Amino acid sequence: MTLALIALQRLVKAAVTLLLIATLNFLLIHAAPGDPAAVMAGEAGAADERFIADLRARFGLDQPFHLRLWTYVSNVATLDLGYSYRRGAPVLDLILDRLPATLLLTMTAFAVSLALGVLLGVIAAARVGRWTDSLVTTVALLFYATPLFWVALMAVLLFSVNLGWLPGFGYSTVGARYTGLAHALDVARHLVLPSVTLGLFFTAVYMRMTRASMLEVAGMDFVKTARAKGLSPGLIQRRHVLRNALLPVVTLAGLQAGQLIGGAVLTETVFAWPGIGRLMFESLAARDYSVLLGVFLVSAAMVILFNILTDIVYHLIDPRIGATR
Amino acid sequence: MTETLGGAGGLAASGAPSGARAFWRRFARNRGAVVGLALLAVVVAVALAAPLIYPESPWRMVQRPFLPPFAHDGLPLGTDTLGRNVAAGLAHGARVSLVVGLVSTLAALAIGVPLGALAGYFGGWVDEIAMRFTEFFQTIPSFALAIVLVAIFQPSLGSIVAAIAIVSWPPVARLVRAEVMTLRTREFVDAARLQGLSDWRILTGQILPNAVSPIIVMASLMVATAILLESSLSFLGLGDPNIMSWGFMIGAARTVIRTAWWLSFFPGVAILLTVLALNLIGEGLNDALNPRLARGGR
Repeated sequence: MTLALIALQRLVKAAVTLLLIATLNFLLIHAAPGDPAAVMAGEAGAADERFIADLRARFGLDQPFHLRLWTYVSNVATLDLGYSYRRGAPVLDLILDRLPATLLLTMTAFAVSLALGVLLGVIAAARVGRWTDSLVTTVALLFYATPLFWVALMAVLLFSVNLGWLPGFGYSTVGARYTGLAHALDVARHLVLPSVTLGLFFTAVYMRMTRASMLEVAGMDFVKTARAKGLSPGLIQRRHVLRNALLPVVTLAGLQAGQLIGGAVLTETVFAWPGIGRLMFESLAARDYSVLLGVFLVSAAMVILFNILTDIVYHLIDPRIGATR
Repeated sequence: MTETLGGAGGLAASGAPSGARAFWRRFARNRGAVVGLALLAVVVAVALAAPLIYPESPWRMVQRPFLPPFAHDGLPLGTDTLGRNVAAGLAHGARVSLVVGLVSTLAALAIGVPLGALAGYFGGWVDEIAMRFTEFFQTIPSFALAIVLVAIFQPSLGSIVAAIAIVSWPPVARLVRAEVMTLRTREFVDAARLQGLSDWRILTGQILPNAVSPIIVMASLMVATAILLESSLSFLGLGDPNIMSWGFMIGAARTVIRTAWWLSFFPGVAILLTVLALNLIGEGLNDALNPRLARGGR
């Protein structure tokens, strides 16, 4: 099977999954206590008549159940995610406006955590059983147990409030009006703390995976052969062990990266990062459920997209994998 | 439990003192696990003693707001933005974290174990449907789903536990399915089948008891994850509004981090230590229950 066919197959599956998630959204609204329109409008009583009427029409509350479901799902399928009266804008526009910031944050966090995790994992595996290994393993254990939002707050406290090294708030300096390179540098400085804290948990995950994978490959026959040939230990580690150990790590890393989106809600809340995670947090406080469900759907779409990309990369870097499945 | 015909299952000798002692010896060989157990014991003790040490509601104002730690007798960790006792909040918060962690894990097991067991035992279309269902839930970003669930069903202890269970069961189902699939072909299962035992008796009496060890290891790690999830939800303001929790304390102190560091520092340390303890215990249990796998790469 060719790569194009695999991609097509995955896309069809992704579309089905997304429609199922839209159905789940619909069911959630109807399972919630009270009139769905009132639920969507929120209980704060801030909803006006027009809003309620629009919601009633949108969910067709006088129609039978299956027609209502059809109306909702086909709306979502045509990228109509509803209208936020709280913000006076279509939900899709609100999300698309915030999406680039979240993509920048999560991609950076992914790259940082993968690089750092693999590096630490290689170090630990090379020094297995010695104090360097214990140190790295212990640090990973701590990262693994640290609440993301707390370490983000502590990073603000230490690096921004006390040391004053890095900005701990926002996407760029307010009122600075930088352009070109200066703007990019300004955003980069603002990006450091959010991306590193977001990536901390996954650094621990990737470090453990790399260490385990390196140790597993190091015990294989072809490594013994390389050693018997008299190759230098450093060369064996780089050429023979690392190359083979990385494949499962990269694959698993790609599949887990989607979960970074969830963590972004916490990171963006702490750092006032203007992404969809922050949008989700704001819509929680405002009980803006159409935005909440829209962000949920879009984040699921991003996870699926990322999984497809991982799949394709996997097939590209390892020709041994039969493209049969 | 019915008679287990064969199977070198982990819990076979749980009644005999020598078995328990051997288990403890394997567990205690992992020093981290013993540290974790001690840490958890402290947290449990604090949680149990909370109503005795701080009989009054942790929501009550006791002093003027923003008192730093050790500034006032009887308030070792200071007071928060509304003059509430931070130490009392921490003690009462331990109860919520432990209860939510434990109950939501049990609920996740209650979904994942039967589903995985049925899929692994019967195979075929049962397996196909169960695994598609599991895959679907694994695709959805779990934290985002938990947020949506709690927000729509209104924050309460019940909705939080349910949301955590709903996002946590898929790995259990996968693990149990894999275990059951390998055990299904073992000789003692054939023997049970020849004896004329029903599918139900074979599954619950013969196969599942032998799959208990890996489930226990996974469950201990799930409690840790559940505590992190609960604190994250509370941090976002999705905690039960009537119950003091660690995540809520940090969330409420978020905006005053520049002036009152202790309000978010101490609850975070409490979460960190509790989660760390459970992860360490999980590794120790893994060493003790799966001795063949222990001391491997992980």
